[in-house]
Amino acid sequence: MKRLLALVGVALLALVPWLPLGPARLYILHVLVLVLIWAFVGTAWALMGRFGLVSLGHGAFLGLGAYTTTLLWNFLGVSPWIGTPLAAGLAVLLALVLGYPCFRFRVVGHYFALVTLALGEVIRLLIIAERDWTGGSLGLTLKDAGAFNLAAIQFADKRIFYLVALAVWLVGLWVWWWVDRSMTRSALEAIGEDETAAASVGIPVTGFKLRITLLSAGLTAVGGVLYAQYVTYINPGTLAGIGVSLQIVFAVVLGGMYTLLGPTVGTALTIALAEYLRVAFGVRFLGMADTIYGLALVLIIIFLPAGLYGGLRELVLRRAAPPRAAT
Amino acid sequence: MDPLLVAEAAINGILLGGVLALLALGLNLIFGVVDIVWIAYVELVMLGMYAVYWLVTLWAWPVVLAGMAAVGLVAILGILVHLLIIAPILSSPPVNQLLATGGLLFFLQSFATFLWATDHRSLRLALPILEVGGMFLSFARLLAFAVSLLAMLGLYLFLTRTYIGTAIRAVSQDREAIALMGVDARKVYIVTSGVGGAMAGLAAALLIIQYSVHPYFGAAFGPLTFMIVVLGGLGNMFGAVVGSLLMSEVISVGGIITSTEMAYVVAFVLFIVAMFVRPEGILSRRE
Amino acid sequence: MLEVSSVTAGYGEFTALWDVNLVVNAGEAVAVVGPNGAGKTTLMRVISGLVRVRAGEVRLEGRSLGAEPAHGIVARGIAHVPEGRRIFPKLTVEENLKMGAFLPAARRRYAGTVARVYELFPVLAERRRQRAGTLSGGEQQMLAIGRALMSGPKLILLDEPSLGLAPVMVLRLFDLIRRVREEGYTILIVEQNVRQVLSLADRAYLLEVGRIRVEGRAADLADQDFVRQAYVGL
Repeated sequence: MKRLLALVGVALLALVPWLPLGPARLYILHVLVLVLIWAFVGTAWALMGRFGLVSLGHGAFLGLGAYTTTLLWNFLGVSPWIGTPLAAGLAVLLALVLGYPCFRFRVVGHYFALVTLALGEVIRLLIIAERDWTGGSLGLTLKDAGAFNLAAIQFADKRIFYLVALAVWLVGLWVWWWVDRSMTRSALEAIGEDETAAASVGIPVTGFKLRITLLSAGLTAVGGVLYAQYVTYINPGTLAGIGVSLQIVFAVVLGGMYTLLGPTVGTALTIALAEYLRVAFGVRFLGMADTIYGLALVLIIIFLPAGLYGGLRELVLRRAAPPRAAT
Repeated sequence: MDPLLVAEAAINGILLGGVLALLALGLNLIFGVVDIVWIAYVELVMLGMYAVYWLVTLWAWPVVLAGMAAVGLVAILGILVHLLIIAPILSSPPVNQLLATGGLLFFLQSFATFLWATDHRSLRLALPILEVGGMFLSFARLLAFAVSLLAMLGLYLFLTRTYIGTAIRAVSQDREAIALMGVDARKVYIVTSGVGGAMAGLAAALLIIQYSVHPYFGAAFGPLTFMIVVLGGLGNMFGAVVGSLLMSEVISVGGIITSTEMAYVVAFVLFIVAMFVRPEGILSRRE
Repeated sequence: MLEVSSVTAGYGEFTALWDVNLVVNAGEAVAVVGPNGAGKTTLMRVISGLVRVRAGEVRLEGRSLGAEPAHGIVARGIAHVPEGRRIFPKLTVEENLKMGAFLPAARRRYAGTVARVYELFPVLAERRRQRAGTLSGGEQQMLAIGRALMSGPKLILLDEPSLGLAPVMVLRLFDLIRRVREEGYTILIVEQNVRQVLSLADRAYLLEVGRIRVEGRAADLADQDFVRQAYVGL
């Protein structure tokens, strides 16, 4: 029954581009593609986030993915079909180099967040520093390969990209579901809350965290590739560094990181809000849209933490909260 | 490479390190005492720089007076941030805490963009350049360094000689025991946030005489400041100073050998590696 | 001086104390004994405001402590020496004592009280510039007690002062607590070391699974067969 419902849902989603959407059809499709891409990235982030691995550096994997395929295509003419596995492989390698020592030496909590934040900045700065190749902070445009080029994964028709993004997003959900299934509930909670306890009941914490991190990094890189192929313009500001990394986390936390569709819902909400503000203010008041966006985020976090988390907040990573002064 | 240039960069590194140390000390205090990372801490510096800039250019205040006003203003801002944003989320999960202050970062950056656009604004003070043995040293930087040292001394005396200062150090060591001393932890948090804000305000006053300000000023120094704090070790004031000097040397000297970006890359990679080797900070003793 | 009446308290779902009644008169030393997990520490934490009462009331000199937060209860005259000492390890001995005298009234009397504490615990005077974390367990316990005295309390709560100390040190510590008593302080003490504490206290309560089982003069309690067998180990 549930399976049937899901199938119907997917079929309906696949039909969206052919619905009569009115004069704003292209714009709506565009926003939906963005939502799917970022929801995929958010789901990839949540793979780690739900185990208390709060990464503030997923921009690193995103940027690495996008720049790898774009540079390979622009300079060597290598198809993104080959570039994408390479990009994902590089991201996995990077995650391994960072993740293994992190988990081995128990870099957790705030420290893990800061280490990943540093990684995101390193990648962003490297992209800027290598400006001869990457165009520095001005960014890079994907070399045009015509209106429909399967080898280059470039399509002028937004409907095709919508279907591609939908498929990738579904793969992301499937991976999330698969990880969720392959762990017993108690093990999930044990690692999120107290890794010493988890280790003591025989859960190989380091190995598990590492696998999750590699998986998350690889998927995020694919998300970066997809974004680059779709938008055909990339720059270090939107695809690496703190800004984008924080926005991914925002969306996921907003929707809730402990449920399958949480990251997607959160992403849809944040993109809808950002787009609405952008349209409402246009270019008249530079910065006003982001001001309200930032304010809204702060207010949501302060006033709706339970609403966003629901009953699942107990699962959150804070291992045995340090005793606060009684007030 | 001209050794004189490297020496000049090394000296500039020390001078910048002084101002960075103010920021690292302020953030270290807040991080250590309130146990929350203020992602938006350096955005307060940006606001302080604007405060000095507008006081001087619009109302023709003397720079020194405007600087002092910025210290007070940002101290108040620090307290407001604590009361409005931090206090309600003290017992929230760390992700939420990071995000609330991260949201504040977006808010402050874009609000500054909205108010003052993205222009780079500079005071254009005609401060002299000193020539010492073929090296050129900016008077503004020397001044900033000297004031930083004085402020650090002041902070040290505050933390060691006063009751509330000692309580600030004690809170981070045992949050419950401090209440048993009759200390209201909430008040300690407020004082800490005010002092942290004042350090940011002073840093702002010292930075605006050297650099121009723009809404994204914090992006350059923000991540660096967190890393210095963690590198030096939480609650370790001396470590914060050492970390600041180390990082600013890497950036200053590295900057003229390669490029500014590469220098930052080296600094951040250094940070990551240090976290693996010494998670408690570079100056920590191994257990 | 202190009245705990019909107090029920606990953590979250868990109830640690059920309808507990206890009285400490001025100038008395009162002991609370009982097995691990009986709720002794919770009782202390309720009195010092670290744990809220769910039902019942705690009164000091006839006035309810009500919803007073922990830091306010110190100002009312109760000093709590918590289980595990809880000194500030990175502060010096003297700074720890200074924190004990944080309240304005105590600050004014600082010079006098610190001199008396150093007189009681000369070892603290010797190590006044040393980081508290470098002291031995016994010395840390002395510091914790001295720190509590710094606030000029009417009542001192001592929670397991002998925990983790070597036997010789335990004897010395109890001697010191006796001297603190002789200074005229009112003391409520929780201890595992039943024999020692009953010889020190005037009256005692036996707490088991969150309820007061027996109360009476300390000497009488020590003589009761089941107390001797269960807790004194004779």
